[in-house]
Amino acid sequence: MRALRLIWVGWIYQFKQLRRSSFDFFLAILWPIFFGTVAFFMFRSGGEPGALIYAGLGAAVMGIWTATSLAAGTALQRERWHGTLELLVAAPAHFALILLPVGLATSTIGIYCMAATLLWGRFAFGIDLPLDEPLMMALAVPATLLSIGALGFLIAVAFARYRHAWALGSMTEYPMWLICGFLVPIALLPDWVGPISWVLAPTWGMNAIRESSVGGTPLGDISMCFALGTAYVTLGVLLTDRVLRAARERASLSLS
Amino acid sequence: MTSSARIFFVGGLTAYRALIHWLSPWIFIPTLVVAPIFQILLFVYIGRSAGVQSDEFYVIGNAVQYASIPCLFSMTHAIAGERNQQTLAYILVSPAGRLPLFLGRALPVIGNAMLVAAFSLVVSALILGLDIPASAWAPIAIVILISSFACTGLGLICAAIGLRVRETAVLNNVIFGLLLIFTGANVPIDELPGWMQAISDRIPLTHGIQAAREVVDGASLGDVSGLLATEFAIGVVYTLVGYAALRVMEHESRKRASIQIA
Repeated sequence: MRALRLIWVGWIYQFKQLRRSSFDFFLAILWPIFFGTVAFFMFRSGGEPGALIYAGLGAAVMGIWTATSLAAGTALQRERWHGTLELLVAAPAHFALILLPVGLATSTIGIYCMAATLLWGRFAFGIDLPLDEPLMMALAVPATLLSIGALGFLIAVAFARYRHAWALGSMTEYPMWLICGFLVPIALLPDWVGPISWVLAPTWGMNAIRESSVGGTPLGDISMCFALGTAYVTLGVLLTDRVLRAARERASLSLS
Repeated sequence: MTSSARIFFVGGLTAYRALIHWLSPWIFIPTLVVAPIFQILLFVYIGRSAGVQSDEFYVIGNAVQYASIPCLFSMTHAIAGERNQQTLAYILVSPAGRLPLFLGRALPVIGNAMLVAAFSLVVSALILGLDIPASAWAPIAIVILISSFACTGLGLICAAIGLRVRETAVLNNVIFGLLLIFTGANVPIDELPGWMQAISDRIPLTHGIQAAREVVDGASLGDVSGLLATEFAIGVVYTLVGYAALRVMEHESRKRASIQIA
């Protein structure tokens, strides 16, 4: 119960903090709109009627990853700058319980990105998205957010000892947009990319949202989101202990 | 070496090396080596999926457009970064000529932008198996040089704004996003609405990207001289505006005593 409370309070606190940041909030909303606009022009030029719907949904979900990748990458660096990292690590609560809400808060910012991109597509490009399975959509969106948040948590832990973690987080942006099938069907990519995209929750989240919108069977994709999200959290918790131990041994928690 | 030349060359390089922390391999490789290649691949595959334009169109467009990242970010850091280091007041109080002081910092920026654009072009062409004729590489280098110069002019304006505005990273990213849409890197200019075309004609990189595409298609430097002259002229205008804006911002900062606190 205390763990759940800590996650909830941390989530709200981190979310409020991110919402005050022009970089993590305002830019995170604008960024996918720029790329979505280019993609909308390209798909509109292609002339296939279904393509714009495909791009509209993809560009909307892209924003969730944008909001997560950079902010999660810099999560620990922010604490270093604020001078609170050592205090958080020394707190009796497991450090993973403090970091997990960061990942969840960053992906929650993605809701704003998603809404902004959908509205931009609707009003600037006349993209009218269908909603064949509203109930499934109500499940698919939170499942996608939670699983991407869990991936953000894993990234935050994995990049903990790098001073320039923001650059590594930012580096994951384009590759993830590409291999998770946001704007390009995975079938178009080389065969070896397929297995990589299968272990990435955004791939399944994107599928779930697409199938909920245009019709299909999103339940399997939603289940995969939850399964992968659980795997990321488990891996992240195990990694947290190793990373913290290494940082303590080298006395490099605040210096790395 | 005269004092102005020393400030221009030595001062410019020293300031660049001191202020651009992006030169660290931990930042340089992810942001200026890996990211441009994936941006190119992203748009190549979107293009294939949408069934519009050739791979070559996106490779050239995005490689040249990505030069804007070093141009905008490095130029802003090279001047506004002084504030973060608490050294801006010392720079502005010095009797050094402002022209060599500010413009000297642009030279390494242009060099870095050329390197980034050329590297992304070569590597993505190799990955995608594009056949760019050997005779085209020298003209392409000139096109990239002129485009980088023009975009550095825009970077100078951002640097001036950075003397008064705190959120330079947001500003630079927004301008990068606008350049992605308006320069024709991914969407042919004639497919954009009229008002967007009017903006495209007046911003850096648009004519450079067009010239690079024509050169790869077999045009000589003479054939694209008009485009290059326009790109260069745009660069000169933006540089002059940027320099004037820097002087205005410097004056305003002194007047409001806001050099370090803006």
